[in-house]
Amino acid sequence: MADHTKELAINCLHVAQEISNYLEGEIDDELRRRMEAHFSGCAHCTAILDGTNNVLRLVGDGEIFELPAGFSARLKARLAKVMHTV
Amino acid sequence: MTIGVMESNGIPVVLGWLGTATSLAGRVSPREKDIRLSATPGNVSLPESGLIDRIVAGEQELFYSLVQPYERAVYGAAYAILRNEADAEDAAQEAVVKAFQHLKSFRREAKFSTWLIQIAINEARMKLRKNRPHLYESVDEGKQTSDGEYIPKDWADWREIPSEQLNRKQLREAIQKAIDSLSTIYREVFVLRDVQKLSITETAQSLGITEASVKTRLLRARLQMRDALAPGLDGGWSFGDGHWKKVRPW
Ligand SMILES: [Zn+2]
Repeated sequence: MADHTKELAINCLHVAQEISNYLEGEIDDELRRRMEAHFSGCAHCTAILDGTNNVLRLVGDGEIFELPAGFSARLKARLAKVMHTV
Repeated sequence: MTIGVMESNGIPVVLGWLGTATSLAGRVSPREKDIRLSATPGNVSLPESGLIDRIVAGEQELFYSLVQPYERAVYGAAYAILRNEADAEDAAQEAVVKAFQHLKSFRREAKFSTWLIQIAINEARMKLRKNRPHLYESVDEGKQTSDGEYIPKDWADWREIPSEQLNRKQLREAIQKAIDSLSTIYREVFVLRDVQKLSITETAQSLGITEASVKTRLLRARLQMRDALAPGLDGGWSFGDGHWKKVRPW
């Protein structure tokens, strides 16, 4: 365990605070390296990382907010009404 | 509160945006590698500028083809604030009409899609104030002091894993419920950035907040979403052909 002291110098709370920026690619190389070292030795933070990444993949498929049926037709109709009044 | 200036008719003035515009273009994050799989409506590179010129010059009937790629984003932005289909549709459509009526005043420093979404957000916020004034005050600005201090739940706090396989509809409902459970300020950034795939810069512009605030709120929103959904992602849910990594260490 003593071998990991340096790698784990960044603690779990700090990792949690940076996890979003890590996923954005918004951290410097040094922090990224330390976080990756931490992930390799910490199942807890790895689980948070994987779970957060899964959430992003789940919600990013473009199907969460389905347009209500008929939305486009109603929008076109509404636009048609105002078009020649402008 | 916000750095954006809003005219009384709800049409945002885009001056002042450029100061915060730091481009993320070209950076490939692990996240982008993973999730930028589907078309992103905000990044369609239509010859929009020419289209806008023609509409302003009188070809009004072209306007729908200008906004059509962003219908879903506009609706989603309104829904993130109003959490109600009928209200969100109303606000989204009102925003499109206003964009049409004020297209001449659109300054080309920003993307048209960002301007349109900003109008939709203003529209939704006005509607929210009108419908639920007391709620707006407490939900929208009340939680900022605790930003950044969110601590992800530990394993011991988790509910049991749902044993049944969820179909797509159930999955979508579960995600929507989780999104609904976020406070407004977190829901806004999460929907714009992670659902609608706006960039950090565009999200900041659309909401009239700084990029730093977007990042702080995103962290909180993502961790809360993960806590809300993680029990269901533990290999217990199947999602089409998708394969989800186990999120628990055992
Ligand atoms: Zn850790």
